[in-house]
Amino acid sequence: MKLDQVKKGQMLKIILMPDEKIRSQAIRFGIAEGEIVTCFEVIPSGPIILQKNRQEIAIGRRLAAQIEVEPIPARSFNPFRRWTANALSRSKQTS
Amino acid sequence: MHCHDLSKHLNIPKGAKKIVLVGNPNVGKSVFFNALTGLYVDVSNYPGTTLEITHAPFGKDVIIDTPGVYGVSSFNDEEKVARDVILSADIVVNIIDSVHLERDLFLTQQVIDMGIPVVVALNMMDEARKKGIEIDVDLLSDLLGVEVIPTIAVSKKGIDELKAAIYKARKGIINPQLQNQLNQLLDRVGHQGDALLILEGDPHVAEKHGLPTGNLREEIYLARRERVNDIVNHVTREVIEGSSFSTRLGRMMLQPLTGIPILAVILWVTYQIVGVFIAQTIVGITEETIMQGMYEPFVRSFVGSLVSPDSALGTILIGEFGILTMTVTYILGLLLPLVVGFYFVLSAMEDSGYLPRLAALVDRVLMSIGLNGRGVIPLILGFGCVTMATITTRLLGSERERKIATFLLALAIPCSAQMAVIAAMLAGLGAKYVALYTVTIFLVLVIVGSGLNKFMPGSSSDLFIDLPPLRLPRLENVLKKTTTKSFMFLQEATPLFVLGALIIGVMQVTGILGFLQELLAPVTVGWLQLPKEAANAFIMGFVRRDFGAAGLYDLALSPMQKVVALVTITIFVPCIASAMVIFKERGRKETLIIWPSILVLAFLIGGLLSQLVL
Repeated sequence: MKLDQVKKGQMLKIILMPDEKIRSQAIRFGIAEGEIVTCFEVIPSGPIILQKNRQEIAIGRRLAAQIEVEPIPARSFNPFRRWTANALSRSKQTS
Repeated sequence: MHCHDLSKHLNIPKGAKKIVLVGNPNVGKSVFFNALTGLYVDVSNYPGTTLEITHAPFGKDVIIDTPGVYGVSSFNDEEKVARDVILSADIVVNIIDSVHLERDLFLTQQVIDMGIPVVVALNMMDEARKKGIEIDVDLLSDLLGVEVIPTIAVSKKGIDELKAAIYKARKGIINPQLQNQLNQLLDRVGHQGDALLILEGDPHVAEKHGLPTGNLREEIYLARRERVNDIVNHVTREVIEGSSFSTRLGRMMLQPLTGIPILAVILWVTYQIVGVFIAQTIVGITEETIMQGMYEPFVRSFVGSLVSPDSALGTILIGEFGILTMTVTYILGLLLPLVVGFYFVLSAMEDSGYLPRLAALVDRVLMSIGLNGRGVIPLILGFGCVTMATITTRLLGSERERKIATFLLALAIPCSAQMAVIAAMLAGLGAKYVALYTVTIFLVLVIVGSGLNKFMPGSSSDLFIDLPPLRLPRLENVLKKTTTKSFMFLQEATPLFVLGALIIGVMQVTGILGFLQELLAPVTVGWLQLPKEAANAFIMGFVRRDFGAAGLYDLALSPMQKVVALVTITIFVPCIASAMVIFKERGRKETLIIWPSILVLAFLIGGLLSQLVL
């Protein structure tokens, strides 16, 4: 999908940036093809704000429409996940 | 401009080492510069740009400041200046923000790759700690191969350690593959920094050595980025991250629902400071009491004793538009306080990190008139002084945007001098008329802007900016910026004002002025349906836009006639000083298009309004 279709809070992987000059500038900000960033904010029909390690970058919508990204399914880190899953399946077995 | 004549240009003593401060925007470079150098600072304009370079003695050597950049190359003016200064550096003091290591170390590594001895100041350690970031300074120093000094510049922590470390600067660690590529070029170029930039495809440096530009930029950048990310992963540890107040406020500034009210409040405060306090109270003192009350009578009697005031020379020197009377009063009494006020507010906004967020908020709106979010800066400044704003259009990303912004500024943005008179005239009329005036001017701006955007070839550049963290601006820095910028503006504009006054004075003496008034009469009376004397106001408007508005003040007009006259005078040609600046910035050909088309538009729109409402 394209960067202008992302939603606030979504994590994404940058797949392709078409413009060579923009690519060079983006690398300095720490955004290169293959990097993982978070969508910090979407201004309605305006720029997309990306966040990467406490750094925010505003990208105009027209430019965002040319950048190919891949959403990363959000998986909250839960150290007890396995345990809860086991507990759930155990409770299922007993019931 | 080659880096070799930098020493000549900055008057650097022979044998002095050039210690150059380098860093990203908003990392506190100026605080370091002040802490390291003290009082004797020399500011000089860099040839071919609007940027100034500050430098100051440091023992036997000299410390040079550079504009904040994200990398060394030639994407824009700031980078070109920084590139030249860094290439000529003997020692680089690189300031990095510990909260944004990933971004800042890219530049650090690039300077290391240039083979210049570096010492790194790891600034804002307090902010990093607040945000729960722990940085292993020793490990960072080992990985980069250069000294790293932790600092908190605003509270002067670590400055002495940095001073002691400057002469311990050494060359850092370079990726072996890159070193091989550089070695191939080195014997032909002789300077590793030049060699690197040629590989990275910098056209100017390649040209200097008569070599073709390299095409390895992306490859080198990606490898450098990878190395930097790797370093950052090794040296930082996140303790915990909470959403701080400034992050929340930054988010609120971006969302239209909260961002627009915040903008409204900021604009209101700005208006109270610049439009009310400065434009009325302060200017009342400086222009009327000091300049017109004391200075002008003195000059008139002094010059009048040497030259007859009624002679041609007398008129030009001390007449109504005299070079020694009106021009001096205008520059020192009216413009100087306004420009200082505006730059003060703007510098505070710049330092706080609000401006980039505002640019993101209004980006969509400005796209429709062919600008991007950055265009908000000249447009806002235009309400202060169109001349000053026209100079700042240099900030914009493309030639096309500069053209559009210049035209819109000259056309539809009333400057503060004019606004004061317009407000006074509309105040007594009631809300209906005020609304009619405001809506008309706003529509003109939007329609003409959209039209320019539609019919001008090409397309404007897209917004792509870094939003720095929100901070409370520091008064010391804001004042310093304000002084430098105001001074540069006056330096730039004063000769143009003098020239303008001279032209008008000559027109008055030769009778061209009166002839023009007669020439305009049919348009004024027939088409605009205003009294014949209104033509005087338009001519005066060319000298100074507020003079024009003031000339309407004394005419007997119906409320609707007032609105028609004010709309016409607002759109009417820019004052002679901004015309001169447009000429200087945009060249003769464009000025000859801009100027007459604004003239035609003013009478066309004023006339249409007049035919509709009168």
